Amino acid sequence: MLKFRSSDQPPLVSLVNAGVRRNGRWLVRGVEFSVSRGEIVTLIGPNGSGKSTTAKAAIGVLKPDEGSVARTAGLKVGYVPQKLSIDWTLPLTVERLMTLTGPLKGREIEEALAATGISHLARAEVQHLSGGEFQRALLARALARRPDLLVLDEPVQGVDFSGEIALYDLIKSIRNSTGCGILLISHDLHVVMAETDTVICLNGHVCCRGTPQMVSQSPEYVKLFGSRAAQSLAIYSHHHDHTHLPDGRVQHEDGSVTEHCHPGDGHHHSDRHHSGQHHGAHDHVDDEDHGHSHGADCDCGHHARLQGFDAKSSDGKEKSRV
Amino acid sequence: MFDDFFTRALIAGIGLAITVGPLGCFVIWRRMAYFGDTMAHSALLGVALSLLFELNLMLSVFIVAAAVSLLLLLLQRRGALSTDALLGILSHSALSIGLVMVAFMTWVRIDLVGFLFGDILAVSEADIDLVWGGGILVLFAIVYLWRPLLASTVNPELAEAEGLQPERAKLYFMLLMALVIAIAMKIVGILLITSLLIIPAATARRFATSPEIMAVLASLIGALAVTGGLFGSLHWDTPSGPSIVVAALGLFVLSLLPFGRRSRVAVEQSSQGGHR
Repeated sequence: MLKFRSSDQPPLVSLVNAGVRRNGRWLVRGVEFSVSRGEIVTLIGPNGSGKSTTAKAAIGVLKPDEGSVARTAGLKVGYVPQKLSIDWTLPLTVERLMTLTGPLKGREIEEALAATGISHLARAEVQHLSGGEFQRALLARALARRPDLLVLDEPVQGVDFSGEIALYDLIKSIRNSTGCGILLISHDLHVVMAETDTVICLNGHVCCRGTPQMVSQSPEYVKLFGSRAAQSLAIYSHHHDHTHLPDGRVQHEDGSVTEHCHPGDGHHHSDRHHSGQHHGAHDHVDDEDHGHSHGADCDCGHHARLQGFDAKSSDGKEKSRV
Repeated sequence: MFDDFFTRALIAGIGLAITVGPLGCFVIWRRMAYFGDTMAHSALLGVALSLLFELNLMLSVFIVAAAVSLLLLLLQRRGALSTDALLGILSHSALSIGLVMVAFMTWVRIDLVGFLFGDILAVSEADIDLVWGGGILVLFAIVYLWRPLLASTVNPELAEAEGLQPERAKLYFMLLMALVIAIAMKIVGILLITSLLIIPAATARRFATSPEIMAVLASLIGALAVTGGLFGSLHWDTPSGPSIVVAALGLFVLSLLPFGRRSRVAVEQSSQGGHR
């Protein structure tokens, strides 16, 4: 794996105890992470867990109501928002979309379209594209700017499984060729992009963080996904020390129930270890129910596409229930 | 064959149509048709204030339209009511306050119909200077604001994330709208401003292949509608303002007819290429 990170370089963006509050409610709180050059950080979490909010705070679209967000001066961001609907009345070709937020040379546009494999669609109107083609066009647009930080909010939504693998491969090659930092938001709670350096699981706050396990390291998964997919996908095992109750309160491992969950409230691993990081090698797989259980309103683990995939016993044998 | 007043009407009308073309495109891209309407309605309050305080009419209409749009921005930020409900409240209350104020001023008699429908045949040379001077100013501002405005029309967060300032662009856009409404009120009147904004832009969509082409086409189609409407009103002795709108509508209906589908077929072919 290519290493672009060097310890003497400050991170492109770093969030320290960041929280965003809207209408008297904390959308997300106590978020800490940073993205460095060449690093891929993936945010996962159930719907409404504050993934997009966190990403928007990171790029400065939302101002944090507590904590701080620091970006390097002159940081060039390429952003692919989660929802983008372009009104039919706006005539916009893929080519014109490329220069939406800044001028580009013709060669730069061609390269970005070629990299995303949609050169043949340059003159098509964006409203006529399929879901996958539109995602590629948006990615090409963000990429053509040669950003320092690429922020992709669910870039594989509306894309089928093989398209998802292709997009992840593309994102990997973007990182490898440009060395930009990537903040990726994934809709999938268990399967993430294999190249991810850090996975952060959010549910109003950071529930856990760690590194994913390559699918390709496990023959069972390779059989399920196919060998090509296994190179691009990774499994993320959650290690939660608390439970989100259906009424929004939080039950901690020690049995106490609090209104909110907040780092530093004395209920967390990280308070004791002073490190939220679970290393990949750290063999600490104790998820009969992945460490936490959720109410019916939460799709974490129980309704996910790859249900049961985190049910990995500590002796390394998989009990695949799919 | 041209009377002096007719030539002046033509020059002023074409200048106005060219000015509102690009603005009208943004109004329909951003789905703000009702916003334009609200600003136009609030112009009547501007008329009443100008009579009460003996202010310049155009200035007071501009101030009221700008104030209404700022008020809208503030109320939107509170987020309690949806934008269309807010617009409904602002629109009709500004109009009604204007009418009530006029009723209290028993010493003035105003021609309400004149303000509602305008009197393009009564424009003076000073009005022409104002239309073209203001129009050139507005067009320069639109060119300057084009990229942030267009990017934030597609997605404001995207625009902001990538270093543009969508909020500022939106504010300037609203001020430009207020300026155009202040200038246009005397010519096409309160009720017809929105149609001149929207109909030519909607007509242009059919023929446009890029946002920039659509803006230029909207100006040209608007100018064509003004010319056609004025000649029509001269020929059939119909009221000039509504005749312009009828001409614009005629062009819009023409644009719906299925001739020259060349561009659409080309687009379909290229996107079919994408599906292999």
